Amino acid sequence: MSLDILQHYWWILIALLGGILVFLLFVQGGQSLLYTIGKTPEEKDLLTNSLGRKWEFTFTTLVVFGGAFFASFPLFYSSSFGGAYIVWMLILFSFVVQAVSYEYRRKPNNFLGQRTYEIFLIINGIAAPLLIGAAVATFFTGSPFKLNEMMQVTWMTPWRGLDALFVPTNYFLAFAVFFLARTLGCLFFINTINHAGIHLRCIKQLRWNAALFVVTLLTFLGIILCSKGYGITTGGQIARIPYKYFHNLLQMPVNTFILLLGVVAVLYGIIKSLRHPQWRKGIWFTGAGSILAVFSLFILVGFNHTSFYPSTADLQSSLTIYNASSSHFTLEAMSYVSLIIPFVVAYIWYAWRALTRKPISPEELRDGGHHY
Amino acid sequence: MMYEISSASLVEWSRWQFAMTAIYHYMFVPLTLGLAFLIAVMETTWVRTGKEEWLRTTKFWMKLFGINFAIGIATGLILEFQFGSNWSNYSWFVGDIFGAPLAIEGLLAFFLEATFVAVMFFGWHKVSRRFHLLSTWMVFVGANISALWILVANAWMQNPVGMEFNPLTARNEMDDFWAVLLSPTSINKFFHTVTSAYTLSACFVVGVSTWFILKKKQFEMARRSILLASVFGILSILATIFTGDTSAQDIAKTQPMKFAAMEGLNRGGRNMELTVFGVLTDKADAPTPRMKETTMTIGLPGMLSFLAYRDTDAYIPGIQDILDGYTSETGQVYPSTRQRMENGKKAINALKNYKQAVDAQDKQTAHAALGTLKAHYRDFGYGYLQSEYESIPNVPLVFYSFRIMVGLGFLFVALFVVSWWYARKRKFEKFRFIPYVAIACVPLAYVASQCGWIVAEVGRQPWVVQDLMPTSAAVTRIASHWVVTTFWMFAVLFTVLLIAELKIMFTQIKKEAQ
Repeated sequence: MSLDILQHYWWILIALLGGILVFLLFVQGGQSLLYTIGKTPEEKDLLTNSLGRKWEFTFTTLVVFGGAFFASFPLFYSSSFGGAYIVWMLILFSFVVQAVSYEYRRKPNNFLGQRTYEIFLIINGIAAPLLIGAAVATFFTGSPFKLNEMMQVTWMTPWRGLDALFVPTNYFLAFAVFFLARTLGCLFFINTINHAGIHLRCIKQLRWNAALFVVTLLTFLGIILCSKGYGITTGGQIARIPYKYFHNLLQMPVNTFILLLGVVAVLYGIIKSLRHPQWRKGIWFTGAGSILAVFSLFILVGFNHTSFYPSTADLQSSLTIYNASSSHFTLEAMSYVSLIIPFVVAYIWYAWRALTRKPISPEELRDGGHHY
Repeated sequence: MMYEISSASLVEWSRWQFAMTAIYHYMFVPLTLGLAFLIAVMETTWVRTGKEEWLRTTKFWMKLFGINFAIGIATGLILEFQFGSNWSNYSWFVGDIFGAPLAIEGLLAFFLEATFVAVMFFGWHKVSRRFHLLSTWMVFVGANISALWILVANAWMQNPVGMEFNPLTARNEMDDFWAVLLSPTSINKFFHTVTSAYTLSACFVVGVSTWFILKKKQFEMARRSILLASVFGILSILATIFTGDTSAQDIAKTQPMKFAAMEGLNRGGRNMELTVFGVLTDKADAPTPRMKETTMTIGLPGMLSFLAYRDTDAYIPGIQDILDGYTSETGQVYPSTRQRMENGKKAINALKNYKQAVDAQDKQTAHAALGTLKAHYRDFGYGYLQSEYESIPNVPLVFYSFRIMVGLGFLFVALFVVSWWYARKRKFEKFRFIPYVAIACVPLAYVASQCGWIVAEVGRQPWVVQDLMPTSAAVTRIASHWVVTTFWMFAVLFTVLLIAELKIMFTQIKKEAQ
């Protein structure tokens, strides 16, 4: 396979991982609703035990997302993680406190107390989707960095990534991801918990979180489709091109179809769950739709001679899938490894189904097994 | 920019941050690696025999596994991303090689662990016995595959093979995947690290079990656990000693300065003595305070030469020999460190000239620069050193850590033999000091483990990639106050979480005794 094909193939895998990661942020969305939906200790236990069986998937996907970027587009790994240092450190901090909270929360003599671990979960639930959303928004709006002749990054502001917060457009994607995570969290609870009170509150939360998600996402899409994007000119230079992302939509109809399919699936899952409260399968439609929609956004920003990590400080330092990728040999070797992905997906699916075949109920938490 | 050396404060804080997170992470990882195996064997015994006491034993150790596993994951996350956040120059310079094992680790190992650990904890009444057992084994397999890939990546930094430097992209690019995966350094590092982790796990199980015996509680569960862990421990520590020996042979060839530091050896020669015990003191006439004098030495004549080359007459270079230049036992000629610094500077300048010539489309100059770069690339990293003495690692830290690690290793051999006999013969009343020794060995196993990493990583300094990139050139250019901030942020967090982990663990053990 040619280098060009391998670069596109690996961007597709990155896009897929990005989509799966955003879907799995339902764990964070659910955590952010811990005190809103869980009113009694038993209800909070149900929520944490429902999410606690899945949190590792989100965590692992984040790690694999980072690892895959390192292996396939190391220039992004070194530029973004080294440059936007503070943002990534805050994201990691929030995941570190999450990782222990499920296991330690209800253990006797846990040093910090149950409430502290619950607050950790809420911090992660709010901070992670917002910061990840803001970080991904910079794929469209750019970051202030410069690369030297050794391809080493210099961040041009002292804020080390916090500068993403100075760009209003970034807020819309940050909040879109946040409200999507909460929407997915509600749908996940509806699917996995057998409890009338929780069910009612989930429906209520679903209504306004879904509405805010649609508004913020559409605003973000409206802004980026109408503004100048970062593209590669025929001379190989990076330039600001009017309506670049809109043109990408038109020039990549298959991707546009995937985006529309994703949006329809997201809306179908939400609307049907609201109209038929006893219907529990909304998470699968909205989840699958989220994966498709995020996947297509990654394709939108990476394919068709577009810069996926533009520099606002020095246009020619912008990263593309061509200049940021690993060598032909490494991409090819990694592509053979990637053939195992269907097998990985298959066993995850099987194990997931085995554990969630029957919704969690208060009775299950009283049976003396391993619980969070 | 890589042509300049970053500020000492930034480099030191970045190193401290990485060392701190690595030390914390490695407090939890070894127990996960070995305890997963013991739990899997216990559960297998339950499935095969149907004896409920094995199920209870499995569930008890699984509880402790879960407490340890959670914090291991938490501390590991920072490590992976730190390569990019704090060592971004390194990430680009070697990302084409180093990134691949990390990605494979995630894909092959982390998902396996994450998926089946959920089944292991929550699947008791949801999946069949056999599927549950398979899940427990998969957790063990996943954890160990994870160790394989990260250790392959680490081994590559100690002995970079299977790559070629691409001057156009200013990075090393992989050209032989199998050379990276199967280099002797990788194989030694993997087996030495995982078997030492199994040893630690066995110490943990024996130590906790003997505590039950001391408290006269859960005799049968404790006895079963000691018998199993002792056998596992004996096999593991013997394998650790064997792979430690082969690792040392590899280090003697690929990292002679580290080898000399491990022995505190200033002047080498043939028929060199192995220092079993020694005290390092400042040497008045030493050219640098980094070189120490070994006093109060107890040694084994010729043993160092024998261990390195299986020949008591083999030549082992000391620190001063390496600085002056020497011919190795295998006949390889190494110029003086000063000469290598000159070579490195020539290679760095040639790279600069090459890139400028390519931009200016000056083919002749580019060709000449490329020739110079290739001729001196082996010493590329030396070009960043300011003084030849920078190439000497912290000798006392490496020297003492090595002796503590080896000494404790032999103590564990005795521990496992004695504890197996103790449990087998039920000598619980007669030899009451044995539980105290076994309990003391639990923290000592952690000390040995950390000492091993100190030997490997401090001994490698000043290199982040042996001979090619010093730590000072690998660091992300960032205001050091940000690194100081994140260092303390994570130091406080990890310390708090460690305290929480220990309190929960002790409480669970006490609860079981009740």
